[in-house]
Amino acid sequence: MKVLCGIGGSDDSFRALDRTVERAAVANDDLTVAVVDNEDSSVAPDEVLERAREAVADAGIDAEVRRVEGDPGSRLIEIAEREAFEEIVLGGGHTSPMGKITIGSIAEFVLLNAKTTVTLVR
Amino acid sequence: MSDRRYPDAVADAFPIPPTEFTDREGRTVEIRPYDGGNAAYESLVGMYDDFDPSDRAQGIPPGGEKRIREWLDAILGGDCYNVIAWCGDEVAGHATLVPDGDAYELAIFVHQEYQRAGIGTHLIRGLLGHGQAEGVEKVWLTVERWNRAAVSLYKKIGFETSDAESFELEMGLRLNADAGGEEGSEGEAGEIGGDDDGESDRE
Repeated sequence: MKVLCGIGGSDDSFRALDRTVERAAVANDDLTVAVVDNEDSSVAPDEVLERAREAVADAGIDAEVRRVEGDPGSRLIEIAEREAFEEIVLGGGHTSPMGKITIGSIAEFVLLNAKTTVTLVR
Repeated sequence: MSDRRYPDAVADAFPIPPTEFTDREGRTVEIRPYDGGNAAYESLVGMYDDFDPSDRAQGIPPGGEKRIREWLDAILGGDCYNVIAWCGDEVAGHATLVPDGDAYELAIFVHQEYQRAGIGTHLIRGLLGHGQAEGVEKVWLTVERWNRAAVSLYKKIGFETSDAESFELEMGLRLNADAGGEEGSEGEAGEIGGDDDGESDRE
């Protein structure tokens, strides 16, 4: 399957990255990792790129890692449509110390606008 | 998470538990801080184990006794503040303040059997009175925006909307002045549709 994994540097996005890479190795997915801008993230895009390349290399898969600038949600959707991706994978949200889950703004936008299946990794 | 905003003004004083009242069904209900005892703990587990899953909010309370116990262990300990609404020796509702950075996150649950009886209002006021007495400065919460009864209760209590841009509304309340002096916060609270004056009984 042709999978687009969008990550911006939040904890849940790295979880999504690891799971998607792991799965791609097993399922032989055609994976692209898009490193997007996330203003809520404390990790710089270059470092996120580095983490993504490492994850891909460790899994021994052939996946593209690409830097995507601009509004993250709409850019991911645009790429998915233009390049015929079948699935978008994103982090599944932040859990507060109380245990409450809140979904990130990128995931909200993508969920409401994507034509493809969207997977949120918990 | 981005910086949360809180009202400039400190909220009025809330009643400090223990307090007692008669609910709209004529039941005597007592609001007491959680005493850390095993009986209260097991009664809480019982309430949540019997809690209607359709009244869950953003993943809590979790399902299944094992997860309930893990969750309670995390929110009943340490620096958390917990208040219980008792009807006899049965837990009617529970409200909690859990530290998160420089503020506390609030959650409140009332068991289905005790909803729509005014317990939620007494319970949240009791929790805020307890927190205020313990020196808690700032409280925030998130609420699903379609949960009108809860949103209107929180507004009535004095919470102001601090973020209206996601699925959940984020609201804040200032219980005590900052120890470190004045801290400005600005911004209009987003308009929330509907002002039903129902009681909130869950989140």
